[in-house]
Amino acid sequence: MAFLEVKNLHVEVEDKRILNGLTLSVEKGQVAAIMGPNGSGKSTLAYVLAGKDNYKVTEGEVLLNGENLLEMAPDERAAKGVFLAFQYPVEVPGVATMTFLRTALNAQRKTRGQEELSTPEFMKLVRDTAGHLGINQEMLRRAVNVGFSGGEKKRNEILQMAILQPRLAVLDETDSGLDIDALKTVAEGVNRLRSPERSMVVITHYQRLLNFIVPDVVHVMANGRVVKSGGKELALELEAKGYAQFAGEAA
Amino acid sequence: MNAEVRAMKTPAEQALSAAFATARGTLPGKGAVAAMREGAFRQFDTRGLPHRRVEEWKYTDLRALMRDLYPVAPPPDAAARERVKNAGKLLGGVECRRLVFVDGAFAPDLSDLTSEPGIAIDSMANALSKSDPLVAAHVGQTFATDDVAVALNTALMGDGAVIRISPGAAPKRPINLVFATGSDKPTSAFVRSLVVVEKGAKVTIIESHESGNAQINAALELVVGDEAQVDYIKITQARALHVASLLATVGAGAHFNSFAFTSDAQVVRNQSFIRFAGEGTKAAIGGVSLLRGKDHVDSTLLIEHAAGHCESREQFRAVLDDESHGVFQGKIVVKQHAQKTDAKMMTRALLLSDEAEADNKPELEIFADDVVCGHGATAGALDPGLKFYLMSRGIHEKEAEALLIQAFIGETLEEIAHEGIREALMIASLKWLGTRS
Repeated sequence: MAFLEVKNLHVEVEDKRILNGLTLSVEKGQVAAIMGPNGSGKSTLAYVLAGKDNYKVTEGEVLLNGENLLEMAPDERAAKGVFLAFQYPVEVPGVATMTFLRTALNAQRKTRGQEELSTPEFMKLVRDTAGHLGINQEMLRRAVNVGFSGGEKKRNEILQMAILQPRLAVLDETDSGLDIDALKTVAEGVNRLRSPERSMVVITHYQRLLNFIVPDVVHVMANGRVVKSGGKELALELEAKGYAQFAGEAA
Repeated sequence: MNAEVRAMKTPAEQALSAAFATARGTLPGKGAVAAMREGAFRQFDTRGLPHRRVEEWKYTDLRALMRDLYPVAPPPDAAARERVKNAGKLLGGVECRRLVFVDGAFAPDLSDLTSEPGIAIDSMANALSKSDPLVAAHVGQTFATDDVAVALNTALMGDGAVIRISPGAAPKRPINLVFATGSDKPTSAFVRSLVVVEKGAKVTIIESHESGNAQINAALELVVGDEAQVDYIKITQARALHVASLLATVGAGAHFNSFAFTSDAQVVRNQSFIRFAGEGTKAAIGGVSLLRGKDHVDSTLLIEHAAGHCESREQFRAVLDDESHGVFQGKIVVKQHAQKTDAKMMTRALLLSDEAEADNKPELEIFADDVVCGHGATAGALDPGLKFYLMSRGIHEKEAEALLIQAFIGETLEEIAHEGIREALMIASLKWLGTRS
């Protein structure tokens, strides 16, 4: 069985059907790109995997390593290894980035029955990781994402991912709003985290990101389901032909 | 028609009149002080306790809340003194000069009266009795108001602190006035303090109230001289009916910061009357209230910009759980000649329960034409988007909520310059959060 199994998933948001029988498998260690036009349900899939409220699953199931993900609260999913890099990371006024990172890491460790990290161990981990991503101490002292630029917010997401070491990382339009230099920094951060033990779902509208994070497989979504799957060359084909060819599918 | 025919007096009103009749001969101060008491009592006698049809008291109906008057507290005995030995513990390791008042009476033996250049300390009862010139110059003069709670305090004021900081003096330690309930029976107390900070002096004044089953009417008159720098912090933990009035006048080129921390409060009304009387002053007036159960906390402000070129920031927050009730009434008045006034008021209520209620009433009254003034008010629950973000990182729901509430409180506590006091209040907030069910 694949590490992530999404089977015939139907999801409604405020009585509007967004996912419409989506089926998707992501193998352990695999980087799967999900591409698709606006409104095809890509971000909904990301939120449903992370456990956001107001997304009503009417049919289907999601298994992570054989366990029913849909029954778990968002924090339980995180402890099982699910991580969502948000398309629009929220600002958390009054909560210092360091406090946030430590609280999150220790909460996950506690849930998994592991010991909390000591302060020096934690500080070293953050310092080493932040350095790679060009995140300085001053940013770490600030409240989470408050006053951060778009690029800084995205780098902060990758920093969290690097600290939390998830088994399934879902990157929701991580490239949106980034210039080419910021995109490279973020992609390098993601590539450093590629591992045979870690699956990734990279959601993007554009092929550009996939030049830097080269996927093992590409799935195309339209109207709330996967309509085509292929190798990385599928992304290039989409870039050339556009999404129009899928417009009429799966309605 | 505002004229009210008041045929019936409530038991509490009758008891207050009786208390004044009994005490008028023995209350400290003769001559002008006694005349001031009589005048203040007549104000009360004509109008009675404020109630919901009195605009300023709309949300805190004192007449309904005060069914009866508890007996005025007798001088504290040994047992009462013993009971207050832990009072002021909240400030923990903060090194302060403590002045302790038990059931409203000054307790010199529990207070730190070591002499220090630039500080003069007396008890209000003593200062009133000996017609102290500082008292004669300031008591009842700091801010003219017809507020009935203030009038009652003036009529019945017993004891309190009288402190003068000499020009240019800067006491090393904050001065902590600790008012604690020592009696094991229900009692009432009318405490009145006066703090005069002369030109260029710099001081931190903390007023701590820890009340048990009591009715407290407290008033502090505060005179902030030109170029003085005063941080005033009021900490209130009162399982009591507690009405406190700050009457302040602030001189030119001064820095004045006021902060009120209230938690574990049965019925608390903190009313501040602050006048900026000289140009070029900067002020931050703030507070945070933590409410649960059926707690009721009312923060009422009257800020008067009577001189131009002053900047004031009013920032109040409340966290409301269960069936608690928070009130914020803030009125900024800018007088006609107070040009270039810069005043911004913001109040935020965080509602943790559907049954909690927050009433926000900000008001601006501007008579000058060249000013920058604004106000805002919000009331709402914890942001579900923020909560989801924290939970998606593995933080448990209760912990995520606590972190967000802590942040909401912490942003306001940041206003407090003194690190030790700020930390002590953060710890007190965390303790409060920790006992949240």
